[in-house]
Amino acid sequence: MGILEVKGVGKRFGGLQALGDVNLSIEENTVHAIIGPNGAGKSTLLNCLVGKLIPDEGSVTFAGTSVLGRKPHEINQLGISRVFQTPEIFGDLTVMENMMIPCFAKRDGAFRMHAIESIEEEAELIAKAEAMLADVGMLEKREMIASSMSRGDKRRLEIAMCLVQEPKLLLLDEPTAGMARADTNNTIALLKEIKEKRDITIAIIEHDMHVVFSLADRITVLAQGTPLVEDTPDNIKGNPKVKEAYLGETQQV
Amino acid sequence: MFGLNKKDSSFLLIVIALTIATPILLQPFAEGSELAQFNGGYPDLMQKIAIFGIFAVGFNILFGLTGYLSFGHAAFLGIGSYAAVWMMKLLTMNVIPAILLAMLVSGLFAAAIGYVSLRRSGIYFSILTLAFAQMSYKMAYSVLTPLTNGETGLQLALDDPRILDGAVEGSSLPVTNIFGLAMNSSYKLEALGRVFTFNVGYYFCAFIAILAFYVAIRLFRSPFGMMLRAVKSNQQRMTYTGLDPKPYTLAAFVISGMYAGLAGGLLAAMDPLAGADRMLWTASGEVVIMTILGGAGTLMGPVLGAGVIKYLENIFSKINESVLHGWFHWLPDGVEDVVIWIFARFTGEGWHLTLGVTFMLVVTFLPGGLIEGLRRLSKRIKHGSQKRDKYDDPDPEHRPGPGKRVAGE
Repeated sequence: MGILEVKGVGKRFGGLQALGDVNLSIEENTVHAIIGPNGAGKSTLLNCLVGKLIPDEGSVTFAGTSVLGRKPHEINQLGISRVFQTPEIFGDLTVMENMMIPCFAKRDGAFRMHAIESIEEEAELIAKAEAMLADVGMLEKREMIASSMSRGDKRRLEIAMCLVQEPKLLLLDEPTAGMARADTNNTIALLKEIKEKRDITIAIIEHDMHVVFSLADRITVLAQGTPLVEDTPDNIKGNPKVKEAYLGETQQV
Repeated sequence: MFGLNKKDSSFLLIVIALTIATPILLQPFAEGSELAQFNGGYPDLMQKIAIFGIFAVGFNILFGLTGYLSFGHAAFLGIGSYAAVWMMKLLTMNVIPAILLAMLVSGLFAAAIGYVSLRRSGIYFSILTLAFAQMSYKMAYSVLTPLTNGETGLQLALDDPRILDGAVEGSSLPVTNIFGLAMNSSYKLEALGRVFTFNVGYYFCAFIAILAFYVAIRLFRSPFGMMLRAVKSNQQRMTYTGLDPKPYTLAAFVISGMYAGLAGGLLAAMDPLAGADRMLWTASGEVVIMTILGGAGTLMGPVLGAGVIKYLENIFSKINESVLHGWFHWLPDGVEDVVIWIFARFTGEGWHLTLGVTFMLVVTFLPGGLIEGLRRLSKRIKHGSQKRDKYDDPDPEHRPGPGKRVAGE
């Protein structure tokens, strides 16, 4: 029994069957990659996991609790954090404030009216946020306005914001899309470090095969809204069905 | 001090000192001089500055922090006034219960209106709040006449019950007071050829304004204030961080509604009548202009904006053609007429034109409001007038390095 169980999930947009009968089980403390050509339903599947979309059929269970019908912030409170394709951070706020917000969310839940206390008094949370920033190597940037940083730094900050919540499952939606090679390699190194140091399950959607093969323990290939095959990276590399569907190669020799 | 850090404490102390000294500071010109026209140190204007300062500070909690632009905040101001006047009619002329009821009632209205309006954001939110405010205005003007006295406005009457005060003796209406000290009593001091008026009503308003300002500072620095800025910055990230933006925005809406109610209650405490005009959309627009003119999202900006607008309104609208004639009588006849004609467009009835031009200039050249102007000025004084361009951002890492040589050169 995996930490995330997806059973028979289907989703239609009008006449388009975006997802059909998706079954997926993600084991605890593994990195599970979901790959597939454009329009295969990767993002739709991810949106069904975090509550942005509600599947038409099937069930999604996280650590024994159904996530269907829960709002995105409730699903996050269960222990699922999401990193977006374009970094979603609080651009107008400083790096440190960006880190403090998830710390408060983790401690106080979805809403708490602490309007009179001062942030400066929360020594415990500040220490936690600073430790996390140090972990991702951004401590010296703590007073910078988040939107003024490079894309690689924004990504790093977004991942740090997710990790400081100590999620059980981290969802990454094309974390290296649109990044320079150096930033991509930095991100891979960071994710590897996270995987080794923390008890965390990671699900990753990615186009870049370099990223997928350097991180994933298991790979699911989606094609036309259904899982084509699920296997280890080595077996996926050699699978002719995958080559045909995903890499668009037919055996020519 | 009082849970503020050193910087905020000294800031608050400066504000308190300025508020106490306002009756002196606003009276810079000698009595009888040509410029005495520009003296603003009379009770009515000073009270208005303090009251509209409170209104704008509250509005800024919603607009400056969360970015939700309410275009119907005057409704809460009006509701606060009506509630306060009713308290004075029914219970007592002491202003404390009146102000408390004003805050409570406008808070309740804000909760109801906010609950509906906050389902939408951006322009739709603004339009919803505007619609609610206009509905409130129309209701106060006609439908709810028994409660609001329609177009005449709600006023005190000799036969009001006033349970705590007992019956009125004589034929004059009682005056608002705080534990017996009348709001309209003043102490006049003549010195240096000027008359300084120290008015009870002003100091009461100023005391409440400082309290309101202090609460706003605490709120800005609190985790709650940070969450409100997070709402403005990125609601998507907020949701996926396990936070529900809705109660945060609603709380901000209710708090700023209560600030507006407090301001409305104070208006009634200074002058015990309430009319539907206070809820009109122009009044809602005025607080938006105050906040933006001063600097939205800053602590001091809205107060500054309120002060400038109320000063312009009261001083410029009083400069009529005969005053202008007094100023320019030394000019040759034909020229004088032209100059007076031009100035008359911007003064008296035309003071809105002055306001419009000021607003336009500030928004164009100082998008951060008057506060940004002050900040630039102090920087200029500290660092001299070195040329700064827009790429000179506080991020040294992204300054372009020395030009690289082109290969093959």
